[in-house]
Amino acid sequence: MQALSIQKKILQEVVVGILPSALILCRHYPVITLGRLASSANIKLNQEALLKNGIVVYRVERGGDVTYHGPGQLVVYPIINLNYLTRDIHYFLRRLEEVAVSFLSGFGLSASKIPGKTGVWLGGKKIVSVGIAVKKWVTFHGMSINISGQDMANFSFIRPCGMDIEMVSLEQALGEKVAFEKIKDRLVSEFKEYFPSALTMGG
Amino acid sequence: MVKVAIPELGEGITQVTVSYWYFKAGDKVKKDDDLMELVTDKATFNLPSPSSGLLSEVFFHEGDTAKVGDVVAIIAEDAG
Repeated sequence: MQALSIQKKILQEVVVGILPSALILCRHYPVITLGRLASSANIKLNQEALLKNGIVVYRVERGGDVTYHGPGQLVVYPIINLNYLTRDIHYFLRRLEEVAVSFLSGFGLSASKIPGKTGVWLGGKKIVSVGIAVKKWVTFHGMSINISGQDMANFSFIRPCGMDIEMVSLEQALGEKVAFEKIKDRLVSEFKEYFPSALTMGG
Repeated sequence: MVKVAIPELGEGITQVTVSYWYFKAGDKVKKDDDLMELVTDKATFNLPSPSSGLLSEVFFHEGDTAKVGDVVAIIAEDAG
């Protein structure tokens, strides 16, 4: 939950104008989170069984149903002031998906958006999950990209987004290992390209 | 008396679901307090209170669907 408190602190700083915007990149210990209105019936194991697998459960204020985060994912929280971009929540969701599609195309993968199914998909499987929250027109939460194959099995404990979705990771799609250190900068560059006014000034 | 209405949240967004109330009818609220949370697609949106006063009536509850422009609550101006 350390990432959440850092995120909230930075969100507050962007809301009051101390920071123009920010991008937080992180990896989580195994955790299942439930969005607002999510049904806990979409978690297939009971609390005790989850703890045995080293997974904790939290309810958070983002949109969307249930999801899993683990060290095999690259999670990005864009804290962006939509007052200076456009006050359009769906535009922002679609723009996030475009960032991910472009990021994946850099690996030679042709992932795509599917109208009505938020997220980014590769051959019918989900590779990027998206779920955001907006406060005073500043965004928080964001998206998680499945990178490593190592903890993908943990998705079997839930019905992601309340649906029977198959997940895939970047490593599984490429058939080779990917180093987190090498891809972080690529993701940041994509964000700068897609949100130039928000993310190029200041630090 | 101030009406709280669902604002424009983006092109093509015509309705939202009420996902959370930070206050209940009868509570005192301050201008810009997070009043309620709305959800559309995979996004939640915190609606700030348009004024200070008493949250006198709430017309939409958690889980209800509301259209853009719908009046969801009424805030009675602060008497004190």
